[in-house]
Amino acid sequence: MRAIVNPRPGARLAIAVPFAWLLLLFLAPFLIVAGISFGESSIGIPPYTPPLVFSDGIVPTLNVNLGNYALLLGDSLYIRAYLNAVEFAAIATAICLALGYPMAYAIARAPRTWRNPLLMLVILPFWTSFLIRVYAWIGILKTNGLLNNLLLASGLIDQPLPLLNNLFSVEIALVYSYLPFMILPLYATLERMDPALLEAAADLGCRPFRAFLTVTLPLSLPGIAAGCLLVFIPAVGEFVIPDLLGGPDTLMIGKVLWDEFFTNRDWPVASAVAIAMLVLLVAPIALAQRAIGRGVGAA
Amino acid sequence: MSTRASLLLTGVLAFGYLFLYAPIASLIIYSFNASRLVTVWAGFSTRWYGELIGNEAIRAAAATSLEIAVLSASAALVLGTAGGFALARHRRFAGRTLFVFMTTAPLVMPEVITGLSLLLLFIVMEDWLGWPADRGITTIVLAHATFAMAFVAIIVQARLAAFDRSLEEAALDLGARPWKVLLVITLPLIAPALVTGWLLAFTLSLDDLVIASFVSGPASTTLPMVIFSSVRLGISPQINALATIFVAVVAILVLIAFWISLRRSKESGSPS
Amino acid sequence: MAGPPHLSVERVTKRFGTVAAVDDVSLAVGSGEFFALLGPSGCGKTTLLRLLAGFEAPDTGRILIDGIDMTGVPPYARPVNMMFQSYALFPHMSVAQNVGFGLRQEGLAKTAIGQRVAAMLDLVQMGDFAARKPSGLSGGQKQRVALARALVKEPKLLLLDEPLAALDRKLREQTQFELVRIQEQVGVTFIVVTHDQAEAMTMASRIAVMDAGRLRQIGSPSEVYEAPNSRFVADFIGAVNLLSGHSREIAAGQLVIDTPTAGTLRVVGAAVPGATVTIALRPEKIALAREPAPSTENRHEGIVREIAYLGSLSLYRVELASGAILRVSLPNTARLAEPPFARGERVSLSWAADAAIVVPE
Repeated sequence: MRAIVNPRPGARLAIAVPFAWLLLLFLAPFLIVAGISFGESSIGIPPYTPPLVFSDGIVPTLNVNLGNYALLLGDSLYIRAYLNAVEFAAIATAICLALGYPMAYAIARAPRTWRNPLLMLVILPFWTSFLIRVYAWIGILKTNGLLNNLLLASGLIDQPLPLLNNLFSVEIALVYSYLPFMILPLYATLERMDPALLEAAADLGCRPFRAFLTVTLPLSLPGIAAGCLLVFIPAVGEFVIPDLLGGPDTLMIGKVLWDEFFTNRDWPVASAVAIAMLVLLVAPIALAQRAIGRGVGAA
Repeated sequence: MSTRASLLLTGVLAFGYLFLYAPIASLIIYSFNASRLVTVWAGFSTRWYGELIGNEAIRAAAATSLEIAVLSASAALVLGTAGGFALARHRRFAGRTLFVFMTTAPLVMPEVITGLSLLLLFIVMEDWLGWPADRGITTIVLAHATFAMAFVAIIVQARLAAFDRSLEEAALDLGARPWKVLLVITLPLIAPALVTGWLLAFTLSLDDLVIASFVSGPASTTLPMVIFSSVRLGISPQINALATIFVAVVAILVLIAFWISLRRSKESGSPS
Repeated sequence: MAGPPHLSVERVTKRFGTVAAVDDVSLAVGSGEFFALLGPSGCGKTTLLRLLAGFEAPDTGRILIDGIDMTGVPPYARPVNMMFQSYALFPHMSVAQNVGFGLRQEGLAKTAIGQRVAAMLDLVQMGDFAARKPSGLSGGQKQRVALARALVKEPKLLLLDEPLAALDRKLREQTQFELVRIQEQVGVTFIVVTHDQAEAMTMASRIAVMDAGRLRQIGSPSEVYEAPNSRFVADFIGAVNLLSGHSREIAAGQLVIDTPTAGTLRVVGAAVPGATVTIALRPEKIALAREPAPSTENRHEGIVREIAYLGSLSLYRVELASGAILRVSLPNTARLAEPPFARGERVSLSWAADAAIVVPE
């Protein structure tokens, strides 16, 4: 309840400048995308006709084209790509959670002086190029690559396994790229937990594993929620990974958007895909905001 | 915790680190492989580094990327810090919900959506206002600053939430005006968070492929764009060399930061 | 009171939501006084302090310092300085820079600042620590730096928010006397907020007792202790026996009261005959003996139920015939292996008529 007597001008500026910037450069663009999604593809630069055209510069004519959305709903390619994206992102989120939770737990329980270095080691790969690290997996997973050669040399298999350009490689790369985003919020929540709570549970007769299930796990739910959303939402729209490591049956909606835009030069359809993605993700994004806000406020 | 459980946890942790660093290790090792094939080790060689340094396209792209990263990180720092203050200090103002949405949505928004929407904005702006005249470094800087400021805002907001306000009150009590308190007390004390924010924005900009692809122009090819097009064509050992250089630079910076923080904790002395 | 009102709080109210943290409080403090705001947590004393410092604005009422209305004046423009409970030392500045901060805001010359800082550090005996950072100081040292930082600006009022709360017992005692010494030397008006009544009694020349936002009593420590104006004040300051009964009559200058728990009592005081009356009797005013005392106005028989040995004194809980318990404290004047009275022993209690006081509700 402690409010500082602050003069209004400073506060107003601090709010107004980022607000205006984001309104113009973050929010307004979405409206434009929505608009173009009702436009028509055409020859020229830019390669579309917007729905609202000012002929002779004064008279507005509205020409709403629903064909782009019709295409999305009608062509099973798009629906497939959406479902794939959600499915693959969900699988990646689950694996990240399964691997990331024990890692975050281990770091949070480590001796105090070890914690920051261990955390640093998790974040460090993030500071090097994402693109290059994804590309590294090609060299590891391809037929003639590291992993296959290792397995062949050790005699575990006698034919190289198809490890690339399929769901396996996409999932590995997704988990690899997004693991730190799962570990960090989980660590933050676990680290904040009062160790006295577990001592109290033990004192009251609770065995360690049960104490974990009934005390630690519920208390770490905010971290789990934040981590899952921080992985799932961007993973749904991921482009680079399905492009470099995916195959014909791992089409994801992010790649579809890219191809529509760059390969087909069909900007209105690309816009429609973007809007559909937004509609899909609005609810998870709202959830993510709550999770992030809670985590920050409690800090 | 039982020894069996802690052994298991340590095992998972070790596996996790192995998983995270194996690809990086493979890149480093093969950057020194004289052969361009992954299967054959043809002896130690630094020829790929030589080729990399001689590669005009990559050098130009690297310079462009660095310029963009510095500019956009600095812009993101200013905007994001203001945003962080707005979020942490002002519980109620008109449009706060919208503001919260706009500062947290970029954290999770898929980049293809952000990239496409910003490109369309720039086209419309060019159409109506005549600016930005063409896509290029300016548009990329604007785009990167926009999505990076959300990360800075969250970091600053978190730091301010844990900030001891009685320090500011003490400064006011001693006669300092609010702007002075901000400059002399608050900002210096949250400086580590500001540095982290700048570095994060810098990395995000340097690493961004998707958004840059959408909003760049003919003369503004960024490093990720060059890497991407070369990688699409197949394995390129020069890229391995580039990756190793990245890792080396980051490792050196981290060590320097660690050494600085060690020095600082020795300087402040111990309580008597 | 020493001198004309230096600080005048006039009917100040401050609400948070529907709760009045400070409720129609008025008081006056003279120049050079050591004044204490005392009360349980949540009584509004800290809010009142923050109103004086300027961090909150009153909803109604005025605050005047040397006759000047402080309404609307921000904290950096008031001739008031505060010593924060958490000390609030700037971690990125040295001790000397901390202490000089307020002087730098005044725009003084560097040499002048240096001299005043050095003098103030000597006063609080922190001269050797000028270059240290706060993280290298102990709690007691931080407190002295916080005090120096506030005092160096020579404010008209120094506000201290629970100054001794974070210190251990031994240090607390020392610091109490040091604060009084410094205050007398410097002559600044001190206003201390505390929940510890022993602290307030030791340091302050006048105490204001607060409860639930309201001022209950203002007076010197002995006034507040020996002549509490309410049950609340009697109970809050020190230990007390509170007895209720009906006043019967006034005989020979003494009020005669019939109590269900302690029989008939004689008290120096006045009340309407037949009225319900509460009297407050401090434990140290009661005498214990094996034989009934020859002539005292109040005499009772009882059995010692519990004894708490505190070194310099012993606290006895004695049960009267009615079952009521009276608390008696006796100084341990002789070095005995056992306390003078044993548990279960029958004793005679007695006290003078002017030992107790009638307490208005």
